[in-house]
Order: sequence, then structure tokens, then C-alpha cells
Amino acid sequence: MRIVLAAAASVALAVSAILAPWLQFVLTLAIAKGFAALGVAVLLRAGLISIGHAMFFAAGAYGVAFLARAGVADFAVLLILSIMSAAFTGAVAGLFLVRYRAIFFAMLNLAVSMVFYALCAKLYGVTGGSDGMPIPDPRIFGVVFSEPVFKQVLFYFSLTLMVLVGFAVHRYLDSPLGHALSAVHTNEIRLEYLGIPVWAVLLVAYVVSAALAGLGGAIAGFAIGRVVPDFAFWTASGHLVLIAVLGGIGGVPGAFIGALFLELLHTAAVTVTDAWNLIVGVALIVVIMFMPRGFYGLVARKEAPAR
Amino acid sequence: MLNAIIPLLLDSFASAALIFFAAVGLTLVFSVLRVLNVAHGSLYSIGGYVAASACLFIASRQLNPYLSFVALILSAIFVAAILGPLIERSLIRWTYGKSEAVQILVTFGLFLILEDLQRIVFGVQSFYEDAPMQLLGTTTIGGVVYLNYQILLIGLAVLVVIGLRLLIRRTRLGRLITAVVADREMAQSIGIDTNRIFVLAFSLGVFLAALGGALATPTSGVAPGLGADTMVLAFAVAAIGGLGQIEGAAVASLIVGLARVLAIYLAPALDAVAPYAAMLFVLLIWPNGLFGSVAARRI
Repeated sequence: MRIVLAAAASVALAVSAILAPWLQFVLTLAIAKGFAALGVAVLLRAGLISIGHAMFFAAGAYGVAFLARAGVADFAVLLILSIMSAAFTGAVAGLFLVRYRAIFFAMLNLAVSMVFYALCAKLYGVTGGSDGMPIPDPRIFGVVFSEPVFKQVLFYFSLTLMVLVGFAVHRYLDSPLGHALSAVHTNEIRLEYLGIPVWAVLLVAYVVSAALAGLGGAIAGFAIGRVVPDFAFWTASGHLVLIAVLGGIGGVPGAFIGALFLELLHTAAVTVTDAWNLIVGVALIVVIMFMPRGFYGLVARKEAPAR
Repeated sequence: MLNAIIPLLLDSFASAALIFFAAVGLTLVFSVLRVLNVAHGSLYSIGGYVAASACLFIASRQLNPYLSFVALILSAIFVAAILGPLIERSLIRWTYGKSEAVQILVTFGLFLILEDLQRIVFGVQSFYEDAPMQLLGTTTIGGVVYLNYQILLIGLAVLVVIGLRLLIRRTRLGRLITAVVADREMAQSIGIDTNRIFVLAFSLGVFLAALGGALATPTSGVAPGLGADTMVLAFAVAAIGGLGQIEGAAVASLIVGLARVLAIYLAPALDAVAPYAAMLFVLLIWPNGLFGSVAARRI
């Protein structure tokens, strides 16, 4: 049943971009942010809330920009290397961040991401400062596409990746390593008594979540054609957390549903008002107060996870 | 040697005073309510906006310029009296006893709302009114010219530390707050109205934030984005000192102020990074901050 729903939703997305071509860019961005929010949601499983994941989102996008400047022009190589750069950043930061819990984890992620943001904005000679760096359209397996065609290919590729990566993350969360995350949330000392190293469980989750955010950042970078330090700003991180919570942390589809909803709402709202953060803030509070399990929780009426 | 050190120390004290005002409210609210108010920075910048508007009004009507000092304090009281109870009653109270993730998210939502409301009410141009700073003139110490206003700020910060300590240790309200911090349920069971304590403590925190913003506007003005920057800085200071420790926040402000001034002297590009570098360094060695107590791990 759920597989049918997921398949139907993916097909609906693919078709809607054909019916309304202007949606294509919005949907690509939504999927990109969905990947990053999925990363946040993985950590939320363990009760760890990161207000700094935009850093890895930006790291993925900057990875593409630096590699492109260095002369790498192949889409697949760019994507894989930039995800690896985000994952590496995640491994370095995670090594000491997974020692912390609750508020300290949240705020230290924030602080690290602000350092990253400040460095990106200040080191004008390396990163182009607040002007950012351009991301040229790459070749795909040696074939050069015109810009509209590349963006189209990018969209369908992201859609495919959403299904494949989504399934992989679902399997990861359903594995013993994934279930250990919820156990960390419930009671991590019991986990230690069982002989499971909590820091290793969390470090793996942290690297996975950084890689997911990096993948999202790389796709967003390709779609926009430029990366700026604002990618890493802390309000961006907050929006990722909102998406993860909005979608509900119960399952993988939640992150993408949340991202889709937020991007569409954004597109609709900017035509009426520029008080976008106001709307996001109200939505966040309403969801937390009245729909604690998010949109996905409305669809999938599973039992609430034990707290 | 001494000629080089004295200006450096005075600069860092002045910087530390402003940082302390930003952080002390955050740490006070956390110690009593056990809620980390992510919207704290917005309250700081709202205080700044209200104070700057009041000072501009005084300047435009050509009233006695010394009134602007009164305006700085009054605007902080004004912001605290309105927003303190309003926010605590409507939002913060709902999060008591909920997980930290919920508290962070709700106050983050509040932050987003307040940031946009400020943009709508005060616009996107920056407010700058330095009349209070110009009035006080300058002092020359060791061949370097200092603003008397900065020295006044250092004095005020010391007064706030002493005042808060007296309030907590010597007054009835302070004793009640101490009881609530120590054991919320026990305090309630012996008849302390904890809800009232929470409103008062939160409003005091809002007052300190708004006062910080008001006192900072004559030196640096107020512009969109100030709230976010202040929040992160305030957290860095509160975390270094140990969350919930007022004296800790004072010491941490000195550390961060010194780190910042050293960065400005040695590597100006890294000015913005210095507070966080200091925080990471301290937390790597003392995970609970300099004055924080170690929480027992419960099985």
C-alpha cells in the first residue's frame, strides 16, 4: 500500500512538471531540500536536533563549485565527489559533536555552521565572499546539454534519486543500526550496557545525514547555477528542521512531503506578501502544538513511537 | 608593553559589557524556566529599535538631549512589560515539561515571527542615533581616545552583575526563584506560585535583553539581522559560562570580548569567528561550560 502511494506520488510529480513547466525548478529545489531535511530527520530519530545542517547543504554546493573551478566537468563525478566532501565535513564535525545532547547539540551545530558561514562570507579570495561562486552546467557522460535540457535532466534525475535514496535510507532506518537511533532517544545508557557503542551509532547517523544534506546542496547548486554563503545561514538550517518536523519524523516520505509543501507554499506566498518567515514561524508553532507527528503522521496512522 | 595592553584590555572590557547584556537574560531565563529562548536575540533587537525610535523622536522635537538616557531605560521597561508576559503566557508556558526539541522549535518559530514583525514595523533601513554617546564626550587614557559612553557601559554591566546577585541572594523574590530553580515541584507543594515566578523571571530576562539592545544602539545602531547574530553570540557566551550561571556569563563575556578584540588586532577577517572558536575550545575541555554543573546520568 505504502509502496503504491509512494510510486503514485513520484509519477504525479513527474507528470506535473510536464503539465506546468514552471513547476520544474520549484520541484527540483523541493527535492533538494527534502534530501537535506531527511538528513535532519535521521538525527531527530535519536532525539538530536541540529540547527546547523545548512552547513552541509552549502558544503555540497561549494564542493561542486570548487571542483568545477578546478576543471571537473562531469555531472556524476561532481555529484559523487561533492557528496563525499559533505560527508567528510560531517565526519570531522561529527567526531566531537556527537558527544553532546539536547540543547548543546543543537546550539553547537548552530555555532559550527555559523563559523562555516562566516568563513564563506569573509574569505573573498577563495569563495568569492557574499557574491558566491558560479556553478556551470556540467556534461553528462561526455554529452553537452543546453541549459533548459540540462535542468530537465536534473529534475528527472533528482526524482529518480529521491526514490532510490529514499528507499536506501528507509532500509538503513529499519536496520539494527537505524533502530539503535530510537534507542538512543529512549535510553542510551541501556544501549551502552548492551555493548552497543552509542558514539559509533550516532557518528554513522551524523555522516549519513551530512551526506544527504550535501546531496541536496549539490542538486540545489546545479538547479540555481550559483552558490552563496546564505546557503549555510542559520535561518536556512531552521527551515530544514521545520521541513523535517512538518513532514513528521516518522518516515522517509515525510521529509519530501514537508519540503514539497513548504516550497509550493513559498512560491504561492511570495506573490502576495514578503513576510515569508512570519508564515513559516506560525506554521511551525501550529504544527508543533496541534500536529506533533506532522503531515506524514496524518497519513500513516502508526502507533506513536515510545518516548 | 603596558601601553599596548591597556587599550587592548579596555577595548575588550567595553566589548564584553555589550556581550554580557546580550547573554545574561538568556542564561537567567534558562536557569529559572529551563527553556532556551531562541527568540532572545529578537527581543534584544526590538529593544534596540524602540530605543532608537525614542531617541530619534527626542532629537526631532529638540527636547533636552539628556532625556535620551531616560528613554533608553524606559524603552527596555516598555518592551519587557508588554512582550514578557505576552510571550510567556501564550507560548513558553505551553512548552514546560516538553522535550528540548519542542522548546527549541517553538521559540525558533517565535524568532521567525518576531524578525518579520520588526521588518514590517521598522522597515529594512538601519536605525542609528548616537546623541547619548556624543553627549558624554571622550577621555584620553595612555594616549588613546575613549568614549565615555563605553566606560559607562562597563560600569553598568558590573552594576547588573551585582544587582542580580543581590536580587537572587538577598530579596524574598530571589529566595523564591532559588527555590523554584532547585526543585519546581517541591516549591509548588509548599505554596509558591510558580507561574508568577516564571512570568517575572521571563520578563526580567526580556528586560535585560531589551536593555542590551537599547544600550548598544548609540554605538552600533540597529539593523535587520541583528537579532540572529545576537542570539548566536549570546548562546556562545551562556554556553562558555555554563548555561544558567549568571556569574559564569560575566566571566564568559570577558573571555569572548578578549577573543574578539585579539582577533580584530591580529586577524580582522576572523573577527566574527572568534567567539565561536572560543566556545568550541572551552566546550571541548569543559563540556558543561566553565561554571556548569555536571548533570547525573539517569538509567
